[in-house]
Amino acid sequence: MAKHTLIAYVEDVPGVLSRIASLFRRRNFNIDSLTVGRTEQPGVSRLTVVVEATEAGARIVEANLYKLVNVLRVDDLTHKPSLMRELGLVKVTVTPQTRSQVLELTEVFRARVVDVDEATLVIEVTGTPEKIGKFELVMRPYGIVEIVRTGSVAMARGHELMSAAPPLVRTEASVAEHHHDSGHSMSV
Amino acid sequence: MKLTGAEIIWECLLKEGVDVVFGYPGGAILPTYDAMTKYPKIHHVLVRHEQGATHMADGYARASGRVGVAIATSGPGATNMVTGIATAMMDSSPIVCITGQVGSKAIGTDAFQETDVTGVTQPITKHNYLVTKAGDIARAIREAFYIAKSGRPGPVLVDITKDAQQSTVEFDWEAAAPRLPGYRPNHRAPAAEFARAADLINSAQRPLILAGQGILNARATAQVLELAKFAGIPITTTLLGIGVIPASSPLNLGMMGMHGEAWVNQAIQQADLLIALGMRFDDRVTGNIKTYALNAKKIHVEIDPSEINKNVPVDVALIGDLREVLGELKPSIKKANHAGWWATIKAQRGDAAVRDIQSLPDNGHLYAAHVINDIWRATKDRDTIVVTDVGQHQMWEAQYYRHEKPRSLITSGGLGTMGFALPAAIGAKFACPDKEVWVVAGDGGFQMTSPELATIAQEKIKLNVAIINNRFLGMVRQWQEFFYDKRYAATPLTGPDFVLLAEAFGLKGVRVTSRSEVAKAVQAARKEEGTVVFDFRVEQEDSVFPMVPAGADLDKMIRRPKQDILAETGADAEWQMPSANGGKVASAAPFVSNGGAKHFRSSAKASRR
Ligand SMILES: Cc1ncc(C[n+]2csc(CCOP(=O)(O)OP(=O)(O)O)c2C)c(N)n1
Repeated sequence: MAKHTLIAYVEDVPGVLSRIASLFRRRNFNIDSLTVGRTEQPGVSRLTVVVEATEAGARIVEANLYKLVNVLRVDDLTHKPSLMRELGLVKVTVTPQTRSQVLELTEVFRARVVDVDEATLVIEVTGTPEKIGKFELVMRPYGIVEIVRTGSVAMARGHELMSAAPPLVRTEASVAEHHHDSGHSMSV
Repeated sequence: MKLTGAEIIWECLLKEGVDVVFGYPGGAILPTYDAMTKYPKIHHVLVRHEQGATHMADGYARASGRVGVAIATSGPGATNMVTGIATAMMDSSPIVCITGQVGSKAIGTDAFQETDVTGVTQPITKHNYLVTKAGDIARAIREAFYIAKSGRPGPVLVDITKDAQQSTVEFDWEAAAPRLPGYRPNHRAPAAEFARAADLINSAQRPLILAGQGILNARATAQVLELAKFAGIPITTTLLGIGVIPASSPLNLGMMGMHGEAWVNQAIQQADLLIALGMRFDDRVTGNIKTYALNAKKIHVEIDPSEINKNVPVDVALIGDLREVLGELKPSIKKANHAGWWATIKAQRGDAAVRDIQSLPDNGHLYAAHVINDIWRATKDRDTIVVTDVGQHQMWEAQYYRHEKPRSLITSGGLGTMGFALPAAIGAKFACPDKEVWVVAGDGGFQMTSPELATIAQEKIKLNVAIINNRFLGMVRQWQEFFYDKRYAATPLTGPDFVLLAEAFGLKGVRVTSRSEVAKAVQAARKEEGTVVFDFRVEQEDSVFPMVPAGADLDKMIRRPKQDILAETGADAEWQMPSANGGKVASAAPFVSNGGAKHFRSSAKASRR
């Protein structure tokens, strides 16, 4: 078992997230994180799914995602050079004694303070999920009031994976065009 | 052309070639029913329960290969469809369900008869739609038909709000062509995989083909037989694969799995190569997955990539249309006969292969196996469809009716839905009016959907309905006998007088209590113009053999007791039932009965004790 990062491009239609969530529940797949957002292509959303799975298990997750009619394409970034980022907001209690230490650690993590009052700091930290986990760990002794994490987003590095650009949602399509995978159109 | 949404629904159904729909009206679908009167070309069958409508659509689809259509109102009408939709999903049957929904403004308010039907059916449909605008109806229906029948078929539901049915828009069929950029029904396996598959086949000593329903969907029977014959490979079928390969073909060993033939399950465990064609390694065919076919490499030819490595890890996967895949594979296959392997299988088959239950002595008891065998003898020369329910009778049908043609057995395999047979048979009869259609049902399952007898009477269709009446929920009783020390909790079951019941619906009822009457009664019923319902009073505590207990190794089967009238002979008759009391069958538990039970013989069998 290892973490697998899958990118799924989906048609932005009502119910699509529920279909994906339902699929993961129904097939008993182990989701680590799931994030969704728009892409540069109107009508297409992009999901980053991190699942705990064996290699064969990841293929089954991918195949099941493809079975959803609204899923346009799935890319597995697990074994490709890629960037993985997450954002966290951490609210920490500070006293006049600890404030400077907290600020120093914030600096070390290249995080930044986004809100200050007499008793707390809110720190925005971005990076890999591991980095955010680490930041949480070092802040814990000072007293974490609350924490929120976005879940991971991922992107392939470099230009080879141009296919990682979102697929176009075609406006005109005939039944005949769908044979032999031709329904799988791309913007490149 | 300006039309109401309701009219557009019917226009689309016409364009899709629909000639019959199965449905039940209600408030939210009323505009559609009102518009129906303008479309006399489509025949509407009024069902007695919406579950029946879905099973009829399913039976129609399985008998013909065309898409079946079921219609219901919102809320309870739609939720009544759930079992039928799940049944179609598990067995990859192409149906389209159209449901009415409350007005689009009322959605989310818990309006009268509002249910989130697309939510409810999401995991049991291939895809579904909620349509809130008349202008979106045509495309949703076109896509629904296309999705239902393409790739791995399955049910699609289209939920249409009442206001969408009522408002008027321009109807443009051409502009409503499917727009499905993410839908990939067809795949083609990479060339390298073909070479690897061919190598495995050409070097195998003990290969075996596992034939499933996918062969039927791909219409690849001829290709499979050709491959098997050329390369000398025996074939075994799944339950849903029955009929795909003719029972009389010398290449066909019979059914695999929980109630499959003993020699087949043994052959699977001994094989060095399994070639799985359009089947999905269901737990009912594998038994204990950890010990399943450990000696065999596996090739999986399958249209649905998500089936690959799901239950059983395979060595080569050829994803695609079976007929195309086999066509492409064929030139690289070497001729072979595997004489040694065939000899091994024949030896294991022993006397059982030549057993003819017709020649067994009549001990005065009526056995389901004889009933089924007599129905087969009477109908084998005619194009016949048998539709079964779920339980012991279903397995006996699979064992004793010898199906020669694809689509000649219709049965709920994946979901095992009791109540399926009668409505599915009605659908099958509408799909194939010229074929003889038989229902084989248990007294339990029959009672689940028996009100559809009224549909039969209203539609004046001719079916032959064989109720295999053992006054038990037989299959569950069998499990209780084998695994729960004969504690028959909630399995003894009373029923109506089925003869009187049939007559109450204006149909003919016939009771048969002895073996000598069966053949004659069956012939007489076939000549009747209307539907005949049989009450076959069979042995109450007979069991289906062989049986692989759930989760047991595939070749660890419980065999029929030697003394049993239907016992196989020779090496096959080893009595191996694992049981607390040293392999002996305990005496029958007292039979809970009502007055109707007096027709029955004592349930205990003298010969067993
Ligand atoms: C809807 C439904 N409920 C329960 C079951 C569990 N079940 C499987 S077989 C069976 C007994 C069937 O009895 P009957 O219809 O009399 O047929 P028999 O086994 O006696 O031939 C039951 C209850 C089921 N398959 N479907």
